Amino acid sequence: MSKYFLNYLDELESEAIFVLREVYAQFRNPVILFSGGKDSILLTHLAKKAFYPSKIPFALMHIDTGHNFPETIQFRDDLVDKLGVELLVGSVQEAIEDGRVLEEKGKNATRNSLQITTLLDAIEDNQIDCAIGGGRRDEEKARAKERFFSHRDDFGQWTPKNQRPELWNLFNGKMHQGEHFRVFPISNWTEMDVWNYIKREQIAIPSLYYAHEREVVWRSDSWIPVSEYLPKIENEEIFTKKIRFRTLGDITITGGIESDADTLEKIVNEVSSMRETERGNRSDDKRSETAMEDRKKQGYF
Amino acid sequence: MKIDKNQLLRFTTAGSVDDGKSTLIGRLLYDSKSIFEDQLDAVEKTSKRKGHEKVDLALFTDGLKDEREQGITIDVAYRYFTTPKRKFIIADTPGHIQYTRNMVTGASTANVALILIDARKGVIEQTKRHSYIASLLQISHVIVCINKMDLVDYKEEVFDDIVHQYEDLSSKMMIKDVRYIPISALEGDNVVHRSENMKWYQNAPLLHTLETLHISSDNNMIDARFPVQTVLRPQSEEHRDYRGYAGRIASGIFRIGDAVKVLPSGFTSTIKSMNIQDTQLKEAFSEMSVAITLEDDIDISRGDMLVKINNSPQVTQDITAMLCWFNEESARPRAKYVLRHTTNSQKAIIKEILYKVDVNAIKRVENDKELKMNDISKVKIRTTAPLMVDEYMQNRNTGSFILVDEATNETVAAGMIM
Repeated sequence: MSKYFLNYLDELESEAIFVLREVYAQFRNPVILFSGGKDSILLTHLAKKAFYPSKIPFALMHIDTGHNFPETIQFRDDLVDKLGVELLVGSVQEAIEDGRVLEEKGKNATRNSLQITTLLDAIEDNQIDCAIGGGRRDEEKARAKERFFSHRDDFGQWTPKNQRPELWNLFNGKMHQGEHFRVFPISNWTEMDVWNYIKREQIAIPSLYYAHEREVVWRSDSWIPVSEYLPKIENEEIFTKKIRFRTLGDITITGGIESDADTLEKIVNEVSSMRETERGNRSDDKRSETAMEDRKKQGYF
Repeated sequence: MKIDKNQLLRFTTAGSVDDGKSTLIGRLLYDSKSIFEDQLDAVEKTSKRKGHEKVDLALFTDGLKDEREQGITIDVAYRYFTTPKRKFIIADTPGHIQYTRNMVTGASTANVALILIDARKGVIEQTKRHSYIASLLQISHVIVCINKMDLVDYKEEVFDDIVHQYEDLSSKMMIKDVRYIPISALEGDNVVHRSENMKWYQNAPLLHTLETLHISSDNNMIDARFPVQTVLRPQSEEHRDYRGYAGRIASGIFRIGDAVKVLPSGFTSTIKSMNIQDTQLKEAFSEMSVAITLEDDIDISRGDMLVKINNSPQVTQDITAMLCWFNEESARPRAKYVLRHTTNSQKAIIKEILYKVDVNAIKRVENDKELKMNDISKVKIRTTAPLMVDEYMQNRNTGSFILVDEATNETVAAGMIM
């Protein structure tokens, strides 16, 4: 076999770097949507590679639900310091206080869909023409039809039926005033690819991804961490379990799995033998069969 | 699992409601153990609700709300699975004529096209359309899956007859490598596992074929082309004089010390370094994203192309191309569009429509000069400034372009340079 071929991780990396450089070339004021989760950390790592030895030419933007894992915020602040990039924060808490959005009530209340308004406000306030996201097509069926360069109208909405055709490596980021783009450089990666790459590149990730002991309650088929933000249910039993998180989001809805995987090696082995999708532990996606599709149309990540 | 040598293979499937495309993809995902339990649970529930006896494999590729309601695929969906040998990306596209543009989109990045033929029906209009698109987009390998063999008693004669029909068809097109596999997606014959029902078929099942197809030479490794995406100038203490050209090598191989020419200006220099972050490379080849520095200070910007001094693309303002029209609004005669080619972007007009192609009959239509949605035609285009182009047949990356409407900003057409 010829030595002139890329293995699949190199090819995915090269594709993502190409897309990130296209963003820089085609847009005026792009940001990386940064949640502190592994996908946005991966994006940031790829951006560092794409522009080396220059600094990452994008700010990081965090849409903060106010319900954070403290470890995520610490990780975010350290990373921003290290890279010397600007951090923009869109606060759901502030939007609630200003009356822009109404908080859900009840024991299953989450701030998940409230992020949409905050995200769109932050995009408008900061005059952002392109928000780079860590969305992957393998995550969910609505995401399977997403483009690398995804056009949003002036209400921030996604129209799945009217997407621009995307061929070869030719990306069309032209738009009218007031519209913006979402760009997904790691569209073609799967969860397994992300972990294999993190391991290969030895990328630092928040400790929450590694197995650790934590107080949790059993809700909607997963272990939800006990925190000051979690609405209490009377007589609910609190367990101490060795768990880790497969995805990181709002602390009130991100479920952990029981695990002993405390190294990247063990995580990769564990993920490769997993029989459930990673979003299976996200109660935001369990609300209905089209939960993601509906939120995406409105302007969700 | 040894993953460091595993390649990525992209394939496209086109099909309409009845030919078993969704079942085939479901079967590949299911038998290769790429389906997660929560997905399986959901599909089992839906299958029961719909009154199916078995798990309806087609439901694994269920799409958006509108598509489920209408029971059709509207848009390209991308699906992923990995085996110990390769990672696969499936561009799952609708097969109806009204979705030609989606088929073209899915085909544009594919190494392999899967063409499904219903064993009871043989080669039909849709087969011709899909094959024509595979040939037009120069997909290197075509695998013809003759499906529903269970419904023709797994008979070898049926298979042989369809192979002959298809050979007739493919002889009229530019398809380099065609293979035939008799399968039953529903029963699982020759998809992942070898069929017990067709002992007369000696070759590999579909998955094994996909895992072992030789794809390394699908890329053009001869003609070195490097379209510049952007210029990196850190201007920091440490890298005060660094001036790197960032881009993805479109084709060929570059090495340190190579004499290169910048197009369209024609200035020459020598490659001083190539890097991916702080990894210095001695050579870099097609599809790698790198940063290149040169020995001389030359004015280079986005849209320029670095090539080797003795191997140049054509530098031209006039191109002839096969054009696929994507937009509901027809092409306006002599209207201006923005043509995007590699990282270059120039205003362009369609000067002449030479002929259109009837993709069902695979013949020319000479007198109809209106380009409507899903039409494929041969056209002449002129740009306001030079493009650096190769023939699409020789080079997918430097032979392809899109047209963008300046008023709506929509991508209205895709073209392949002849």
